[in-house]
Amino acid sequence: MTAALRWIPRAIVLGLVVYAIFGPLANLALWAFAEQWYYPHKLPVTYGLRFWHQVFKPRGDALESLSTSVIIALLTVALCLVIAVPAGYALARLRLPARALIMLAFLLPQAFPSLAVYINIARLFYGLGLNGTILGVVLVHTVHGLVFAVWITTAAFAAVDRDLELAARSIGASALRTFLTVTLPLAAPGITASAVFVFLESLDEFTGTYFVGVPDITTLPLLMFTASIAGNYQIAAITALILLIPSIGFMLVVERFLKADVMAKVGT
Amino acid sequence: MPKHEELLRAPVKESRILPLCLVAPALLTVLVLFVYPLCYSLVTAFVDKGGQPTLGNFYRAFEFYSVDIGFTVVIVTLSTFAVGVLAIAIGGYLTLGECAPAVALLRWVYRWPLFIPFVVAAQCMRTFLAKNGLMNNSLVSLGLLDPQSTVGFLDWRGIVITFVWKQLPFVALLVSGAMASLDRTTIEAARNLGAGRLRILVEIVVPQVRPTLMVGLILSFVTMMSVLSVPIMVSGESPTMITVDMAFRINNYGDYGAANALGFISYALTGAAAWIYLRRGIAGGGKP
Repeated sequence: MTAALRWIPRAIVLGLVVYAIFGPLANLALWAFAEQWYYPHKLPVTYGLRFWHQVFKPRGDALESLSTSVIIALLTVALCLVIAVPAGYALARLRLPARALIMLAFLLPQAFPSLAVYINIARLFYGLGLNGTILGVVLVHTVHGLVFAVWITTAAFAAVDRDLELAARSIGASALRTFLTVTLPLAAPGITASAVFVFLESLDEFTGTYFVGVPDITTLPLLMFTASIAGNYQIAAITALILLIPSIGFMLVVERFLKADVMAKVGT
Repeated sequence: MPKHEELLRAPVKESRILPLCLVAPALLTVLVLFVYPLCYSLVTAFVDKGGQPTLGNFYRAFEFYSVDIGFTVVIVTLSTFAVGVLAIAIGGYLTLGECAPAVALLRWVYRWPLFIPFVVAAQCMRTFLAKNGLMNNSLVSLGLLDPQSTVGFLDWRGIVITFVWKQLPFVALLVSGAMASLDRTTIEAARNLGAGRLRILVEIVVPQVRPTLMVGLILSFVTMMSVLSVPIMVSGESPTMITVDMAFRINNYGDYGAANALGFISYALTGAAAWIYLRRGIAGGGKP
């Protein structure tokens, strides 16, 4: 009986937490399937998929923005990995002067409020003809995602057992071959995790794209923003749900990607 | 085994230049695409359109936006503080909680917003917190609120709620991770001496995870300081946050001077926050 009584306050607090987390998400889901919803009705008057057809109609804005977003995110991941994997290896394994300072340099884009920097990047890019281009947006996303890419790949390389590399070297493998056949495959899960981080960061990025992408690049977050400001709540909610799928999916599996041994070495 | 030692050192001896070459592309990216625009913004804040040094940009920034600057400080500070307190509460319950099902439920629930983008969080809150949004509707349905007395939260409170909802999982994840890796012996010793869980949390656990907590809070502070979508979408009214003013100055007047002056103020506020936290260590609940 006392055990049951102890559950009452616990259940109230947990209920509030669940409500606070899922209430806003439930409201979004309701809007995505509401065809009509007006005051004083507490729930949508009619449900339906009419707005889904509108969003997903062939050659519609949403599909175009989705493909723009995915292309930008994939290019950002590719560029980030190309420059972060060598850097991560050097930071984890080789002797570098001012190593701590170099590690900190990659944190800079997260350590300053970035909006003021974006407006100046946009101004500089305007002079270079990079405004409103895919490349311009990819560059902005890359510099912001680089901290995840470099720090996590560094941790992933640092977590690889040195003895395995030494074993490969002592049976005659070259340094490059050892890297390609031993170190890189063993660090692959960590590198994949960093790639997913960068992908999500790029897919969700709003402010940089808002300034550098104008007027030609409309990614999914920008489309959602425009629809919401214009009062098209259904369109905004459906676009938001599309953005939610990868975010929540990754949240649920993040620990499978980022093993504890790698996590422990992040930022060191 | 000398042979292994040789192998270990060999590549390093061979070239000092190789490690630098491997790091250079990544480092150059940050320097060219971040540090250079950052310096450019710092310089632009202090020169006029003709390139002469001036404080006119700051004069304009304060003349038009001093209310918004104060508003931004209050919103971001309040949000950071709330995130700190709630992150300690969540981390503390996950570490010290005795009821396994409740701990498991909380662990599963609290991080849902972790990777949700700010624009999506803003859209959720824009509908949830409205006068006739789901929050008020559900409270009225439960009989906890009178239908005539509902108020919307789409103002500064909405911005704070959105920021806390979005940033709390990140800080709570860091803090609970740090708490989980603490040495349990001091906690068990205190418990054996009869200390309550709240006291253990405040006097033993929190002081040990303070560095992690501070890093999380400072990163959150910076992030909230640069969000444009949430203030526009959640609170359309004036006063608003300086990120909105910066965008407005540029889109409507092409006034990079005043925008960069506001940008400089946002760096200064962040720097001041970091300095206060590091110096006085009043992280989270304000406990020493």
